Amino acid sequence: MVMTIERGVRDVSRAPRSRRGGVAHRLTPWFFLLPYLVLFGGFVVLPAVLGLWISLHRWDYTMPVQPFVGIENYIALFNPESRTSGLFWNSMRATGIFTLFSVPLLLVIPLGVALLMNRKFPGRNFFRAIYFAPYVLGVAVIGVMWRYLLDNNIGLVNYMLGTVGLPDDTAWTTSVPAAWVALVGVTVWWTLGYNSVIYLAALQDVPAELYEAAKVDGANKWQQFVHVTLPGLRPILSFVTIITLIASANMFGQSYLMTEGGPGRETRTAIYQIAETGLRNFQMGSAAAMSYVLTLFLIVLSVIVFWLFRERKEKQVSTREAQR
Amino acid sequence: MTATRVIVTSGAGAPARRPSTPAQKTKSVVRLIVLSVIALIFASPLVFMIVTSFKTRADATGIPPTWIPNPFSLQAYETIFSANATPVLVWFGNSMLAAACNSAIVVITASLAAYPLARMQFRGKNIVLAVVIGTLLVPPVILIIPNYLIVSELGWLNTLVAVIVPTAASAFGVFFMRQFFLSLPIELEEAALLDGANRFVIFTRVVLPLARPALATLALLAFLSNWNDFLWPVYVLFSPEMQTLPAGLSTLQSANTVRYDLLMAGAVIASVPVLILFVFLQRFIIEGVARSGVKG
Repeated sequence: MVMTIERGVRDVSRAPRSRRGGVAHRLTPWFFLLPYLVLFGGFVVLPAVLGLWISLHRWDYTMPVQPFVGIENYIALFNPESRTSGLFWNSMRATGIFTLFSVPLLLVIPLGVALLMNRKFPGRNFFRAIYFAPYVLGVAVIGVMWRYLLDNNIGLVNYMLGTVGLPDDTAWTTSVPAAWVALVGVTVWWTLGYNSVIYLAALQDVPAELYEAAKVDGANKWQQFVHVTLPGLRPILSFVTIITLIASANMFGQSYLMTEGGPGRETRTAIYQIAETGLRNFQMGSAAAMSYVLTLFLIVLSVIVFWLFRERKEKQVSTREAQR
Repeated sequence: MTATRVIVTSGAGAPARRPSTPAQKTKSVVRLIVLSVIALIFASPLVFMIVTSFKTRADATGIPPTWIPNPFSLQAYETIFSANATPVLVWFGNSMLAAACNSAIVVITASLAAYPLARMQFRGKNIVLAVVIGTLLVPPVILIIPNYLIVSELGWLNTLVAVIVPTAASAFGVFFMRQFFLSLPIELEEAALLDGANRFVIFTRVVLPLARPALATLALLAFLSNWNDFLWPVYVLFSPEMQTLPAGLSTLQSANTVRYDLLMAGAVIASVPVLILFVFLQRFIIEGVARSGVKG
């Protein structure tokens, strides 16, 4: 990665240049950067800091004064007696359940699809496009559509299940664990193509010589997969794991549209709870505190994933050997 | 790398590519069947959505569900186009305007910012680069509450500006364009500099024309993500005539009596522009996504 970033950094300005203007030259890069930095400062840096400030207040958007309360909002989140803590950890649990089941599926199934397609054959681009198509549609279309398909009385899904002799009265959107199956299943269907495309690009960058060499050494398909494909995919695996993790932890639309967070608040995810607390009930201080706790969780998780993919180089090979 | 590609595609001399052993033929047939079955399962929900949008209200909730509208009806479209509470055409216009403006701002600001980060040496460059790239890993959830306040202070709540401007600060865009600029040969720019052209002229006359494919890809990805954005418009746009399509769809669903024929018609309208873009420009979209992984 470092190599690709550094390649070509060779600077044009080292070429002999016209004599005029030291200050103008020093300011040139900042003229280019200015429009972006205004947006970036105003809507990324400022809010990231402002959020921390808000979280230290009892900040009700509809009230004239916002009293400073120190870390009271954070204490409330960790006090089992308080109502916000119950709501928040319930939503964190929902996000956790969703992430736990969707991430592994979204790592493994797209890899399978990518392996199937990592070969020249007629119609390959057509299949790639079909698998990718749901992703371009956006969560609103997906959510509204699946809510209809999953309706327990008139939905297509229950009807199809009935025709093959399976139970045809599952309440996919109003009971657990069925709602989790629905939310995870729809999300896998929706975003599978995205991860597949990333895997496929990475697979095509694994040098063919390595497979040839492995074949010469008498490696079978599975051994080639374990010793050539997987190590070749390592950097991309860590990338895909992290973006999938972050995407899953930010799940909102599916739950908002398909289950409305129900039954009860079972499938109301953390980001859903944060938006409702802060932008419907206008308890912004509390909601901001929640978003910092959630972010901290995500950063820790990302660091762990990075670390896992860094460290396992030697171990992975040896444990795989041991299993066989 | 190029050499391997040639060998793989030509297939000459690579024993695995010699066609015709029966085992290999069976294998490729099995592959095709597996892929087709998955493709069928993948596409059928979308087909059913389109079919339902041409059904009557009763037909849409009929049991058993059917794959052919009977009778074929445009009633759903007529209803959502004419009803005051669901001005779908207005939503369509809002979404179009918002996504086009957002995409334009992303492309202009990101490519401008990416150029000095790729090609100039200046104090503070590494800090800017680290901060911008660092935010790629910060989950956007942290920005929702404070950005709502900022947007409200600016008087943008319940206006399209609220869904156009804040999301245009695209760290991904800067990163994406910088990687592309780094991959361009530097000699043309050096020659132009020797001829006495200034940086801005070099940027607009030499660099941008070469970057057209990357600009198109970024514009498309920004358009799609703004068109599909859901959480933010749901909370910052309140009045019916201000909604974007995704936010409008959710209000259509939460109406007292759920009309699935109307919902599916609305969903089809929200899908048509992106599906058209996808069919004609899928190479850019898919390669943009694929490349987003390679640089990670």
